[in-house]
Amino acid sequence: MTQANSVLPPLAERSGILRWLRKNLFGSWLDAALTIIGAIIIYWAIKGFLTWAFTVAEWEVISANMRLIMIGQYPLEQVGQLWIALGFLMFLTGNSLAIWARKSYFTTILLLASPALLALLPFGDDPRKWLIILSVTGVIGWGMGWSKPEALGRIVILGWVLSLPVFILLTRGFTPEDGIMPIVGTNLWGGLLLTFLLTVVGILFSFPLGVLLALGRRSELPVIRLASITYIELVRGVPLITILFMAQLMLPLFLPPNVTIDRVLRAMVGITLFSAAYLAENVRGGLQAIPKGQFEAAQALGLNGAQTMVFIILPQALRLIIPILVGQFIAVFKDTALVAIVGLFDLVGIAKTVLAQPDFLGLQREVYVFISLIYWVLSYGMSYLSQRLEEKLGVGKR
Amino acid sequence: MQESAKQKATIPFWRDERILNILGQVVFIIGFFLIASLIYQNMKAGLAKQGITLSYGFLQGISGFDISETLRPYSRTSSYWQAYQVGLLNTLTVSIVGVIASTIFGVILGVARLSTNFLINRLAAFYLELIRNLSLLVFLIFWYLGVFLKLPKVREAVIWPGSIYLTNRGVGIPWGLPAESYPTFRLILIVGFILALGVFFLLRSYSRRTGRAPLTILWTFLTFTIVALAGWFVMPEKPLLFDAPVIEGLNMTGGKVLSPEFMALTSGLVLYTSAFIGEVVRSGILSVSKGQVEAARALGLNGFQTLQLIVFPQALRVIIPPLTSQYLNLIKNSSLAIAVGYPDVFYISNTIQNQSGRAVEMISMVMLTYLMFSLVTSVFMNWYNQRIKLVER
Repeated sequence: MTQANSVLPPLAERSGILRWLRKNLFGSWLDAALTIIGAIIIYWAIKGFLTWAFTVAEWEVISANMRLIMIGQYPLEQVGQLWIALGFLMFLTGNSLAIWARKSYFTTILLLASPALLALLPFGDDPRKWLIILSVTGVIGWGMGWSKPEALGRIVILGWVLSLPVFILLTRGFTPEDGIMPIVGTNLWGGLLLTFLLTVVGILFSFPLGVLLALGRRSELPVIRLASITYIELVRGVPLITILFMAQLMLPLFLPPNVTIDRVLRAMVGITLFSAAYLAENVRGGLQAIPKGQFEAAQALGLNGAQTMVFIILPQALRLIIPILVGQFIAVFKDTALVAIVGLFDLVGIAKTVLAQPDFLGLQREVYVFISLIYWVLSYGMSYLSQRLEEKLGVGKR
Repeated sequence: MQESAKQKATIPFWRDERILNILGQVVFIIGFFLIASLIYQNMKAGLAKQGITLSYGFLQGISGFDISETLRPYSRTSSYWQAYQVGLLNTLTVSIVGVIASTIFGVILGVARLSTNFLINRLAAFYLELIRNLSLLVFLIFWYLGVFLKLPKVREAVIWPGSIYLTNRGVGIPWGLPAESYPTFRLILIVGFILALGVFFLLRSYSRRTGRAPLTILWTFLTFTIVALAGWFVMPEKPLLFDAPVIEGLNMTGGKVLSPEFMALTSGLVLYTSAFIGEVVRSGILSVSKGQVEAARALGLNGFQTLQLIVFPQALRVIIPPLTSQYLNLIKNSSLAIAVGYPDVFYISNTIQNQSGRAVEMISMVMLTYLMFSLVTSVFMNWYNQRIKLVER
């Protein structure tokens, strides 16, 4: 009889939906007003966007220029090389998922099925065929990894180490004009392909540089410390675009007259130098989080300074900051857009080429909305997948 | 015997860490200067081939190009240096407007994200997720090409209440024109400002002395408003003439016309940065423990007092450092003005460099300028951070 449950709530609050509405949307007069304003904004925004997207927008500009947006002016007869390179990455992804993330089924299915899902979009027959092959390759890789996880582990790591050189080699080609894979000049690389390469090269090469700078900043040697601090603060104090311009205009001046480097490489150097300074600060955060006892224990075991760093401190510090590194990776991905300003034909730069065609004048909204969508899906996808994998693998926790 | 023991006790110098450290640094310095001098020699040789010697003297030369938006007198016969100053002022304008607007909008977003109202909360969360995963450059270009240049022609202008004219030539807003009595009115405003400051310090010292909490900010604001209003009505004629934009033929006249470039740059920067500031504000407010609010309530403070006296002062300590870096990001990102054609300092320096061929000088000047901006901002924010820091006993 004295149970609290025996007292029924007022009639108006008995129904679940009504109670929820009252608690969450109409708690007070102010709340109710806010709800109504919010609802109007949502209605207005959704209606405006849908009306535009389905009645006004001319999406042919996207479907007709899909190839430009994806790979720029890359020669059509050599596109197969890119698909093979992608297939290699897909195979490795399948392998790795089966070996290290066995239980994250959702992530696995999402990653392996995404090419096949993309094939549902109107890309034309040839890309569709390749996209399905990509998915199949991924599944085969996954199956192989699943059956022999122990034996394959090391080979897969080696595969990842080799993946970037292989990808660049396949993209660039390596035989003279009449061979099977003629060399494709970097001036023909473009679209998402160029954005992807700039991002990956930028992050990979800035990583060792960033770690060195972070170590330098925490070093006890005054000269090294001062040099690191100066570099990091100088780079963090100026916009990326000035560094990209410096790389484009001044790098050729810095080098001996007989050395020439092409524009894509210059942009890569700029992005690497820029990203290294930010990465150094992230790594420093990780280093600071390692308790002093770890250093002392390593010393007690007779390890010298370098050994302590490489075997004890860095593995723990880097593991701690993996989520931050993913954020940095996404930031670099978004920042590569700036190479369009120095005249490269990346995802943003190629938009100008698309819009310069007489058939598609004045369709800026469609093109830039689509490009924003690519950036959004890839950035959001990366952060979402990394969060899921971190949870599954317990990364970042000790 | 003794000598050999002595030898064993001293480490040979190539294994002595102290000597190695010094040696390493010396080698580093020598290497650094070798590379630097190599780069310098290469650069000098390269520039000599182009017939250029490094010097900033060319800044006195005549620029010969026009700038669409100038806050100070400038014409194509002005010098490069004057052009650079125009750009500097434009960057400052965008930065100040951007910082203020994105702070206001960001705080609203952060509070909305914490709202108990389901709809508002979700709306803010959606906005944050949407913006934070976009590339700022694409966002800015979209606002420029996709929104502000797509507005109707001047003749078919969209007119919003309050005489705001939206056209593809810019956004016209009403603006005050200074009349003859304006200088006197400005004097009154300054007096009002000083009075308000006096009230502020008086009330604050009163609250420190007695422990009561008068509504300092409100009274300060009221003082200024009362003086300003009194000045406005005491004047024989109105000090500011209200001037709304009017469409005359193919042009807008009167009022103030904000160019599409300026609008695209500021709105893009503000919408983008405020999403990040919103996250910062949210995490700051969340960092104040719930017990603090409950304790404030138990002491009899009302909702507003709780926010003003308990939550915000504590949240600010967490908010200020990341907020500083967002401000710095906004200032640095304003250099993307070049993508939408707004003549900020970077855009102008790029034009100068195309005109004069002085790449090294201009890039170093721009870098130094942005470094100065960053330095001043962080010094100011650090000073502010010191001031609001928890005083530990």
